Amino acid sequence: MEKQLKVSAIKNGTVLDHIPADQLFKVIDILGLSRSGNQITFGTNLESKLLGKKAIIKISDKFFKDDDINRIALIAPQAKINIIHDFEVVEKRVLSIPASIEGIAKCMNPACVTNHQNILTRFTTITDSPDVKLLCRYCEKITDLKNLKIISNF
Amino acid sequence: MPKHLISIHDFSKEEILKALSLAEEFEKNPSRPIFRDKVIASIFFEPSTRTRLSFETAANRLGARVIGFSDAGNTSVTKGETLKDTIKMVSNYADLIVMRHPLEGSARYASEIASVPVINAGDGANQHPTQTLLDLYSILKTQGKLTNLKINMVGDLKYGRTVHSLLQAMSHFSPEFLFTAPEELKMPNEYKEYLNKLNIPFRETTNLEEGISDSDIIYMTRVQQERFTDAIEYERVKNVYSLRQDMLENAKPNMKILHPLPRVNEISQDVDNSKHAYYFDQAGNGVYTRMAIITMLLGVNEL
Repeated sequence: MEKQLKVSAIKNGTVLDHIPADQLFKVIDILGLSRSGNQITFGTNLESKLLGKKAIIKISDKFFKDDDINRIALIAPQAKINIIHDFEVVEKRVLSIPASIEGIAKCMNPACVTNHQNILTRFTTITDSPDVKLLCRYCEKITDLKNLKIISNF
Repeated sequence: MPKHLISIHDFSKEEILKALSLAEEFEKNPSRPIFRDKVIASIFFEPSTRTRLSFETAANRLGARVIGFSDAGNTSVTKGETLKDTIKMVSNYADLIVMRHPLEGSARYASEIASVPVINAGDGANQHPTQTLLDLYSILKTQGKLTNLKINMVGDLKYGRTVHSLLQAMSHFSPEFLFTAPEELKMPNEYKEYLNKLNIPFRETTNLEEGISDSDIIYMTRVQQERFTDAIEYERVKNVYSLRQDMLENAKPNMKILHPLPRVNEISQDVDNSKHAYYFDQAGNGVYTRMAIITMLLGVNEL
């Protein structure tokens, strides 16, 4: 009950729950929410049994395409996506890591051409271990999550 | 048929074999002016002697005209022109682009911009696929086959792009590898995992003398000083991984020593006259393989 008081319900739209609290602002960046005209409420450092501290985002009247929402799987793979119609959850979506990622992440190789010229980064995701890795289409080097930098204001 | 050659894995096994058989034809008769109506751009954003001269020789032997530059210093790059704009412009002038650039991934990027085929003549420490094809051609020529050979790679196996590409290309032909390197410069795990997945056997050693007697090919590489933080350690390693004539006594008669050059002291000069030395001929093979690659990318498959 207490949780609902902290971040009010929405009538129609998308709720992103179980975001690790320290990833909230990266998720906002990836989804381009800073440029959105929709009503958005955020909550962060909320108590979570699963994550310790979690964050939640509620966006009114916004429904993401799978390709768009899956991009956050890189940094918040355990996030839960609920689609709300008339205050009811009508659909729960599970994130899956996309086969390729464009323009969100920075290649960790300082000699990579994408870090020197104005080039959209492109990676294929390698998911053969629990930790996702990104293979740069250009320099063919691997960026792991430990070294992942999200390109802001994208 | 791929339009570009950026990485060695852009070519399938069949395409590799096709390139090698065309190279063989060109070696028999190197003057084949089949591209008199073509212009080839040779754009080198950083200096190179062997690669650039052998590409330009290859283009000339095919009858094509060559335009380009050998140093970005006297081009619009110094005025701040982006790689994208340079490539767009050059692909309006030429029928094929040969490019070397210090940034990794620059060649793949250029291939997305260009409207004509792009050949990667080296993108920083990343890929140099025509070197790999000339290495394969040298192996084929000296051994009469590519299959079931014992390849001993020596020196800087950690950073050496030529050994990584050769390893990938040879993996089509059921080889057996020996990796001879100091601890600091061992073959990276990702390549060992790659071989494990393909069930290709390999061994590792730090002792150069161990692998000479049963190798078919010894592929030497340069140990570069800048890879070492400790100058004394570099001096030690440099002298340990140096091949001398007296070490070759028990080598197989067919064994050949390859080296992508430039050589410093990892092969002693007394080896140059040995029947096992092949590194200068290897460099010569670069012209035929590059003629073959240009020919294939310009869409000609038979001579």
